[in-house]
Amino acid sequence: MVRVIVDGIPVDVPAGSSALQACEAAGKEIPRFCFHERLSVAGNCRMCLVQVVRAPKPVASCGFPVAEGMQILTDTEVVRKARRAVMEFLLINHPLDCPICDQGGECDLQDQAYGYGSGISRYHEEKRAVTDKNLGPLVKTVMTRCIQCTRCVRFCTEVAGTPELGAVSRGENVEITTYVEKALTSELSGNLIDICPVGALTSKPGAFQARPWEMKKTDAIDVMDAVGTNIQIQARGGEVKRIVPRVNDDINEEWLSDKGRFSVDGLKRRRLDRPWVRVHGKLQAVSWQDAFVAIARRLNGVPGSRIGAIVGDLCEAESIMALRDLMLALGSPNLDCRQDGALYDTSSRSRYIFASGIAGIDEADALLVIGADPRHDAPVLNARIRKRYLAAGRSGFPIGVIGDVGADPTWACERLGDGPGALRDFVAGSHAFAEILKNAKKPMIIIGQEALAREDAADVQALCTQLAESVGAIAEGWNGLNVLHTAASRVAGLDLGFLPRPGGRSVRGMLSGGVDVLWLLGADEFPVHAIGPETFVIYQGHHGDAGAARADVILPGAAYTEKSGTWVNTEGRVQRGFQAVFPPGEAREDWRILRAVSEVLGHTLPYDTLEALRERLRLGNDAEAVQPDVPGGQSGLDARPFTSLTQGYYLTNPISRASPTMNECARVHAPHTAVAAE
Amino acid sequence: MLSDKDRIFTNLYGQNDWRLAGARARGDWNDTKAILGKGRDAIVAEMKASSLRGRGGAGFPTGLKWSFMPKGDGPLPHYLVINGDESEPGTCKDREILRHEPHKLIESALIASFAMGAHAAYIYVRGEFYNEARHLQCAVDEAYEAGLLGKNAAGTGWDFDFYIHRGAGAYICGEETALLESLEGKKGQPRMKPPFPAGAGLYGCPTTVNNVESIAVASTILRRGGAWFAGLGRPNNTGSKLMAISGHVNTPCVFEEELGVPLKEIIEKHGGGVRGGWDNLLAVIPGGCSVPLLPKEICETVLMDYDSLRAERSGLGTACMIVMDKSTDIIKAIARFSQFFKHESCGQCTPCREGTGWMMRVMNRMVEGRAEIEEIDMLEQVTRQVEGHTICALGDAAAWPIQGLIRHFRPVMEERIHNYKQQHGGAKQVQVPASAPVATLAAE
Repeated sequence: MVRVIVDGIPVDVPAGSSALQACEAAGKEIPRFCFHERLSVAGNCRMCLVQVVRAPKPVASCGFPVAEGMQILTDTEVVRKARRAVMEFLLINHPLDCPICDQGGECDLQDQAYGYGSGISRYHEEKRAVTDKNLGPLVKTVMTRCIQCTRCVRFCTEVAGTPELGAVSRGENVEITTYVEKALTSELSGNLIDICPVGALTSKPGAFQARPWEMKKTDAIDVMDAVGTNIQIQARGGEVKRIVPRVNDDINEEWLSDKGRFSVDGLKRRRLDRPWVRVHGKLQAVSWQDAFVAIARRLNGVPGSRIGAIVGDLCEAESIMALRDLMLALGSPNLDCRQDGALYDTSSRSRYIFASGIAGIDEADALLVIGADPRHDAPVLNARIRKRYLAAGRSGFPIGVIGDVGADPTWACERLGDGPGALRDFVAGSHAFAEILKNAKKPMIIIGQEALAREDAADVQALCTQLAESVGAIAEGWNGLNVLHTAASRVAGLDLGFLPRPGGRSVRGMLSGGVDVLWLLGADEFPVHAIGPETFVIYQGHHGDAGAARADVILPGAAYTEKSGTWVNTEGRVQRGFQAVFPPGEAREDWRILRAVSEVLGHTLPYDTLEALRERLRLGNDAEAVQPDVPGGQSGLDARPFTSLTQGYYLTNPISRASPTMNECARVHAPHTAVAAE
Repeated sequence: MLSDKDRIFTNLYGQNDWRLAGARARGDWNDTKAILGKGRDAIVAEMKASSLRGRGGAGFPTGLKWSFMPKGDGPLPHYLVINGDESEPGTCKDREILRHEPHKLIESALIASFAMGAHAAYIYVRGEFYNEARHLQCAVDEAYEAGLLGKNAAGTGWDFDFYIHRGAGAYICGEETALLESLEGKKGQPRMKPPFPAGAGLYGCPTTVNNVESIAVASTILRRGGAWFAGLGRPNNTGSKLMAISGHVNTPCVFEEELGVPLKEIIEKHGGGVRGGWDNLLAVIPGGCSVPLLPKEICETVLMDYDSLRAERSGLGTACMIVMDKSTDIIKAIARFSQFFKHESCGQCTPCREGTGWMMRVMNRMVEGRAEIEEIDMLEQVTRQVEGHTICALGDAAAWPIQGLIRHFRPVMEERIHNYKQQHGGAKQVQVPASAPVATLAAE
């Protein structure tokens, strides 16, 4: 620790801290534009100038290292003058179009201009204007507002790992650009909007929609992937306008994936807002009561073994619990929460979660990725891997890959093969990378859904476990055998034992007439067309997607923004999101629907309030009753490589498929965009 | 006045052979092994004893700079980087070294590299110095062939390589950290200091960046002794220095002269006097264009060295003076400098990026007189707002000439404004954009 005196206040800060950190430790607010805690220091805005006793000039506190006994002055005439000067310089070429600027109300420049700006302008010359750039469907640019802080350049280069932005020209003519006009390829590009301190980079889909002070802000959890990103839902008048990340250093730091941020407009499109029942092949709008009666009538006399239920990827734990209780009450052993047919080692909870935790990536010193594409499966988690990779230097964090991580995973890796065969050879042989893993103190293995959603998943998993044990990835105080999930509901489903009971059928068994009545709780990502023609399908969910199209009864539920719920992320972390808006029309929260229908079916669920249901959740699951997936099955390894399950990143769930923004992204980033001959 | 026996650059004008044979005849490469034999610490001590101050403009003691390099063999290589990006307007002293004394530079680079534990030296040559870079390359090739560079360079037991890198025409790349960035292949933008290059310089390794001249004089200092060099000039302003005179003098030239000689004497002796006689002198900018100008009254008495010029609120800079006689439109001259700095600002940090353009635009109006008297004060304030608030010294360099102008020629500026007002009537013109045609204003 180093003792520094800030305005006469002695503070102790770790050696190597910056003067700015020391000032903050002393409770002094230092204005800044270019400095950002999670990016490298540029020191170019000059707003954070402070005086250091015995230094000849004011110093930029963001990049000035502290020394023992250093005296920092933050409130002298020199400092005040310097800040006013920098503010004046920033404003002379700024358009001052706050009334029409989307950043207005949450703009660093605006806020700090109140504190340090002058009321009048002394600049009577012509202002600079900069051509706007087209950065694709997500980020809107008004480059004249840019103050050249280069936060965006550093974010793209360092965090996102897609160094597409840069500054061209020099002096006054500096422009932030992609050099050759192109859409940003990062899955984290939306964060540029947050880190831009002015209105140069704003949300393109959200342009001119709402003002920040009009929004009602609700804390929630992102469901577009299984990372469990902490988000804040900002709504105005019953409509979700915007989703922004919250800071959580253990999970998402302060980033949010593009899908989580920009799927918002999918929340008001293709919504199921009233119950429907299929009569003579055509869906008819009915009342809740009629829908329940239709279900009760069909279920009448159907044995429990002929009833099945599938949980989709976006469900919260409460509705999974309620559906499980209802199904067990009906005597059904046919439960499954694994739409993609993945198999997990459910013998221990640590075997199907991201056991080391996401923050564990920061500690790992070697990584093997098996059948996962972290950049697209979990962009925010991938930013962690990249951060670890950058922190270690170019050769310091060896990463091996078995499977397909795409052309640019944003970190350098050794490609060890593409399928189970390569994995088997790797485990059996003495590959150089195996030595690296073995010599690592905290080796990490990430198994993705591409390796688990297969017939031979049990064998793959057995191999992985064998490998983890042999390289010491599972040791005292360290469990580096991680499963990277892609579905937000998956770990909750596994925790709650929403799996086939003894004698029960999995998703695959329920298709092709395996059951007579099939209850889909927001399940759209399985071969819906393979459901037997005689099967009576009840679709409970919020979007008119594949499942609803096939349904005989549609029960309109609530999307994740419309209900208070509990989600368990890939690392097994239990988090709660709160209700931001009400479901549209007659749609209701899912657990209430299940509670209501249970009464009609004569198996009333024993909870009337969400609190009571959560008490039921707290009692834990009865996973022991679940038919376990046996590691080391009989099928043998398949030669097929681990290939991506989903086509592309942007359209993976009912909400994103309903979103025009996500569809536009998918179109722009389609692998083979046809180019019209001109 | 410098006597011929104390001259370091004996082939400054290129009358003799600049190649290896000629350089050897002048004493270069003479028993370089013996100099290195003195050891690292002795060389640095000798350089400190000479009190040599950096010849690039800032005047930081060279020996002290060398001593900042980490001692012993660390995990990282050390580098010597020679700054040959001589882009300062009015300055052309290093060019003569590259042209006519390349071997003095190469030999000194070997000695300096040895003194700081570097096995490689890079020289960043201004892109426009095409022929100079070719001369230097030719000299380097000769030196390699003669075994003076490479493994066991000059029989000293020290492995040493010398690389030439040509710039691409940006003034800012003459700033030491921007030069390092450019050398690394990045955009030439100055880095924050600390860390200083001696801690983390080229490729993050300990590096010393020296001006061509600072390095080139090292071999002679070490041959003749630091005391000899310190005996020239004035205390704290020792030795001889390459200077240049350009502008309104009868014989513009580059020459070597002792520091601490009166400016007037230098102009009379080397420059052949001011065009039209001394009384026709208006002002002198003593070192490149980055330092404030000196009016005639000060030029009468001031000595040409670091401290004397600093005392007059100017600076020695590169010691390449620009002489202006009374035919000069002094406001226009300084406005041209403002344009230069606006053009060369790297655009990284706010005060310089925004301030240089602002200053240029106001200066352009000042040239016409299309301004208000109060704007002179405002302009002065703007220069103060830029000065000292930037990452590198370019902000200061852009501010100082204007400050000098206002300090010494404010009456001229005011008169210009009055004249304009008389001709065009009214005081409203200030609000009119700079590009508005003047004729229509008059018509109103």
